Amino acid sequence: MDQVLELKNIHYTYHTLDGETPALTDISFSLNKGEFVAIVGPSGCGKSTLLSLIAGLIVPEKGLIKINGKYLRESTTNIGYMLQHDELFEWRTIYHNVLLGLEVQHMLSAKTKARAHELLDIYGLKSFENSHPSELSGGMRQRAALIRTLVLEPDILLLDEPFSALDYQTRLNVGDDIGQIIRREKKSALLVTHDLSEAVSLADRVIILSGRPATIRQTIPLIFDLTQDTPLNRRNSPEFKNYFNLIWKELNSDE
Amino acid sequence: MSEFSKEQLLFLKEQKKQQRIVRVSRVLILLSFLFLWEFSANVGWIDSFIFSSPSKIALCFWGMVLDKSIFLHIGVTLYETIISFVLVILISIFIAVCLWFSKKLSEILDPYLVVLNSLPKSALAPLLIVWLGANRVTIITAGMSVAIFGSILSLYSSFVTVDPGKVKLIYTLQGNRLQALIKVVLPHSLPSIISNMKVNIGLCLVGVIIGEFLAARNGLGYLIIYSSQVFKMDWLLMSIVILCIMAMALYALINLLEKYCLRHYR
Repeated sequence: MDQVLELKNIHYTYHTLDGETPALTDISFSLNKGEFVAIVGPSGCGKSTLLSLIAGLIVPEKGLIKINGKYLRESTTNIGYMLQHDELFEWRTIYHNVLLGLEVQHMLSAKTKARAHELLDIYGLKSFENSHPSELSGGMRQRAALIRTLVLEPDILLLDEPFSALDYQTRLNVGDDIGQIIRREKKSALLVTHDLSEAVSLADRVIILSGRPATIRQTIPLIFDLTQDTPLNRRNSPEFKNYFNLIWKELNSDE
Repeated sequence: MSEFSKEQLLFLKEQKKQQRIVRVSRVLILLSFLFLWEFSANVGWIDSFIFSSPSKIALCFWGMVLDKSIFLHIGVTLYETIISFVLVILISIFIAVCLWFSKKLSEILDPYLVVLNSLPKSALAPLLIVWLGANRVTIITAGMSVAIFGSILSLYSSFVTVDPGKVKLIYTLQGNRLQALIKVVLPHSLPSIISNMKVNIGLCLVGVIIGEFLAARNGLGYLIIYSSQVFKMDWLLMSIVILCIMAMALYALINLLEKYCLRHYR
């Protein structure tokens, strides 16, 4: 299968005046085209660090990151990154928030603008184009943030607990919603979360990290026997509980 | 919802009444103060030669309006204040941006800025006269010196308190630091830039008056010093009243700017 992302023996350590904290040791895994992988682990284990490395915000101490077969530094592949909070700018309208990435990458054109309008239309935000973020609900804001990422046509989406700031009910809905959008747009995605049910309901494969310094403890492929594989249907299926318990046990196995 | 309930109407009426009381009281305080002043000067409770009186001040003002000299003084002070204000804003934004770009630079300069900010700037005015001469440059520099260091410090501290998530967003969109500045830091800091302006317009006026005390042939500061020396208390008090009005007008102008610029900020 086509690998869009490959990590090999990644090490990363945080340095402060008080000393050093190893965050990641010997992390290797890959992401296939169109695959949705969730990474779970105890909080503070370095999950977000992993995404920052892949996005190129920080550089690993040791190890290789390849994207579409090219080293990260030489890669021109667009990586979309969804942060914990939507980070929409209150001083911009929703439409102009969506254009932010295009502006930053100097890609504003009639075509990309039309694409932005189209995405806003498809995902139900057309009537909010000229609204400011504070006028939208948490779920709609997160959707706008996703569109801001999608309009750049990324091949890989990195999701850094993008639903954790939402209340429980919204979170289920938005998780389903965004999970389906990502499937429909056929993106490869890497989701970092500490919410196991979120991971099980969304991903094709779950990677379990240990506590700090994080290593890969196990990788569990998720196979659901469903005619319509949506996050909501998964939650209601019998396999859901089994996978949940399996991951839960694996996470807590050293205590 | 075009029809309000009876309770809502009652509430609105109560609110309006409160506002009216506040407004009327404000005017009343001013009027009774002026009346008391005028009255006690007329019946001889206070010496109107030293304390002047509202009517004398008004007559004095009218006299200077007729010979047009007042416009020169007001114009000069206004001009100097606005020039030093604009320079303070531009220079302090520029320096705060430089400090934001280089953490090292900001760490190096921090103690100097703190010292210069806490220094009483009026102590600098005589020095400026010697260095720059008794001219308009000195006065404008004096005006700037009062405001600029505090302005740099407060702008810089607003720049560095930008939500790190929003800056990270720019980097995840593969933007650089300049884009983080233009897309996030400056728009985020617009409210503090404007509230900084509100403080600075007053401070510049203070600095300009200090400058005019020492190095001017016209302007309201000059008028105040000159009239105190020749004991023309009408002039002196009139100048102070005009300064009050001027400060209020400049502040109101920035308030308008704020209303316009911050329509879309929470």
